[in-house]
Amino acid sequence: MIHNTPRISAAPENFVPADLISAVTAHGIDDSRRIFLRSSFAAALLGGAVLSGRAKAAEGEAAILEKQPWQTALGKPVAATPYGVPSTFEANLQRRESPGLTRVSAASVAFTPLQGLFGIITPSGLHFERHHQGWVDIDPAQHRLMINGLVKQPKIFTMDDLLRLPSVSRIHFIECGANTGLEWGNVAVPTVQYTHGMLSCCEFTGVPLSILLDECGADLKKGKYVLAEGGDGSGMTRTIPMENALDDVFVAWAMNGEMLRPENGYPLRLVVPGVQGVSWVKWLRRIEVGDMPYASKDEAVHYIDLMPDGLHRQYTSIQECKSVITTPSGGQQLHATGFYNVSGMAWSGRGKIKRVDVSFDGGNQWRTARLESPILNKAVTRFNIDWVWDGSPAILQSRAIDSTGYVQPPIRTLRAVRGSRSIYHNNAIQSWQVGTNGEVSNVQVG
Amino acid sequence: MFRWGKRLRRLLFALSMLVCWFPLTSNAADKFPGLGRPATVAEVAAWDIDVRPDFKGLPAGSGSVAKGQEIWDARCANCHGTFGESNEIFTPIVGGTTKQDIERGRVASLTDPKQPQRTTMMKVATLSSLFDYIYRAMPWNEPRSLTVNETYAVLAHLLNMAEVVPDDFVLSDKTMASVQARMPNRFGMTKSHGLANMRGKPDVHGTACMKDCAEFVQIGSRLPDYARNAHNNLAEQNRGWGPFRGVNTTVAPLAALSASRSVAQGQPSSVVVSDDSVSPAPTGKILYAKHHCAACHGLTNKLVGPSFREVAKRYKGKPEVNAVLEQKIKLGGAGAWGNIPMPPHATIEASDIASLVSWILEGKF
Repeated sequence: MIHNTPRISAAPENFVPADLISAVTAHGIDDSRRIFLRSSFAAALLGGAVLSGRAKAAEGEAAILEKQPWQTALGKPVAATPYGVPSTFEANLQRRESPGLTRVSAASVAFTPLQGLFGIITPSGLHFERHHQGWVDIDPAQHRLMINGLVKQPKIFTMDDLLRLPSVSRIHFIECGANTGLEWGNVAVPTVQYTHGMLSCCEFTGVPLSILLDECGADLKKGKYVLAEGGDGSGMTRTIPMENALDDVFVAWAMNGEMLRPENGYPLRLVVPGVQGVSWVKWLRRIEVGDMPYASKDEAVHYIDLMPDGLHRQYTSIQECKSVITTPSGGQQLHATGFYNVSGMAWSGRGKIKRVDVSFDGGNQWRTARLESPILNKAVTRFNIDWVWDGSPAILQSRAIDSTGYVQPPIRTLRAVRGSRSIYHNNAIQSWQVGTNGEVSNVQVG
Repeated sequence: MFRWGKRLRRLLFALSMLVCWFPLTSNAADKFPGLGRPATVAEVAAWDIDVRPDFKGLPAGSGSVAKGQEIWDARCANCHGTFGESNEIFTPIVGGTTKQDIERGRVASLTDPKQPQRTTMMKVATLSSLFDYIYRAMPWNEPRSLTVNETYAVLAHLLNMAEVVPDDFVLSDKTMASVQARMPNRFGMTKSHGLANMRGKPDVHGTACMKDCAEFVQIGSRLPDYARNAHNNLAEQNRGWGPFRGVNTTVAPLAALSASRSVAQGQPSSVVVSDDSVSPAPTGKILYAKHHCAACHGLTNKLVGPSFREVAKRYKGKPEVNAVLEQKIKLGGAGAWGNIPMPPHATIEASDIASLVSWILEGKF
């Protein structure tokens, strides 16, 4: 007797032999295959599980037919972890340093595990970290924001003052100017965590900088720039054009519904939508209005883009349109052929994502992916596309187009203009090769 | 009389408030009454220490190359090397510039692919940037501890090492402009690009081709085989279940996508549980992180100073060694492990120092 053809999952931990799966898929379960199936369960369970009478006679998986421990005991009480933490089964997904990239972990980077994230929001505990002189946890009662320079009245705001002002909440991406910087010359790192993990996207809450500048009577005729300064030991400073500052920059205290994490600038950081992370000054203590750029260390020694003629581009800030496939991505292993939802992230410092195309053959043929809502200005947009992998070699790429019409370029086009020795602003199309063995690796095409 | 005096005082106070505060606040908007207060002159002076390329903000003061060398050897060389050449903690500050560069104002080695490192002096165009940064943030583990004159001296020594100023030079707010005119890469920056603000035009463009876009697809670069496990086991860095698990980089790649192998043999989910099931780090290791020992000392590898394994090996079991090492951490020292001195650590509590020393001597890292 032939039954309907149930699909038996090919998840790697299953213990059903592959030839049986294909036989069942092709012919359904008849009596001979039923016996085979039962013996498979028995063999698998010899490894230590107690074989119940029910399972012996069962047709199906122990996960369903056996009572599981979480089913047969009282669970933990409320507030067992007063500040919740992820499941222990998710412990692999952590911020990580790239071995050998930096010598001192207080002046280093911890990358976000993009390969394990969904949607567009980065969980606060996985937001990437980049510190120049370590991170500090500042007492908000002692923190002050000073506004000075070309203003009629220099002022001091306490955190109490700031939290009384009219606030906005907006979702924006933050990307380090050096994200993907290791890959200008050649492939250097194996996974999307290390190629693109200096990217996060969160909801930030704070007061528009324009309100504070107005409160101090900023001279908008002469004052074409503001300098933002951090209150930690590095005293990080960055120049921001006034038109930017008045447009959508805000002074934020909250991230993803709670106060900023100390690693991300608690209690106050600047949010500069569309602009590289270094300008989002953490532990923000001062804004100065001035009539020229300041050429601070991180505008004069670092965060300058080396061109082939030996000139450095100074004050490069905008993070141009970029995208990357996060699953499957480098360092992952496909265990079976068949259907996959290929998923990734796209973002642009100049506006919204308009379209994302995906290629499975290294850029010869392209298909347009589905954009998931919300699609927000200067925020990450999630894209998805169907893919049936037949087991042959493939090279996956994604290419984003933003609301200005800008098309994300291939690495060779980027190098043709900017050479290969820059560190910053590499927004090239990323390629992931899928081998016939199912292993996914980071490659560059052409 | 007493009442009148008090009233008079109040009146005078109110008048003085009008004179002092009214002209200041009336110019700024006050849409949010009760929020924010005027900054005092002293407060602005305390925080507004930035120095611009036109030297606005530069404090009066001076320092000689010779004085700078003393400070450098005591407080800077441990990270940056005696000649500013150290590549152990940060990229080198000095090197890669020539006399011709100083004449020309452009650094030739920036176009030389054989140049191993791009040093600070090769890149920086503005002298103000160096003064500003050293004064605000150096030394790295004791920021804001240099005086204005010490900052001038350190910068003078640095410029001397880069052969921009002579041995007997004194750098001051008066001489900064003359040195700016000799900065090796002073003409090396450009603002002609579209990445500075939102109105800027992009310089690189992709194409939105959909069909038959590439005649041939060639892999130009991939990770070499020897780097397979260089980022540690990727299986432990991906979700341990689900369709997109990590590659086990501790073993060779699978020969083929083998259904019988992956399905029949099974592959347990690979989760590294790292929270409460693992015993907490020993106190010493926590203190090692807390007090930034790692800035100079590796546990098992030499950085600026000796590794803690080497220290344990040399001193373990010696008489009175705990007290000796505790003093060395507290007061600093030099000579035992080469000529780079260890700075004093006066702010670390004695109990922490004692715990650190015991932990180091145990040698179990």
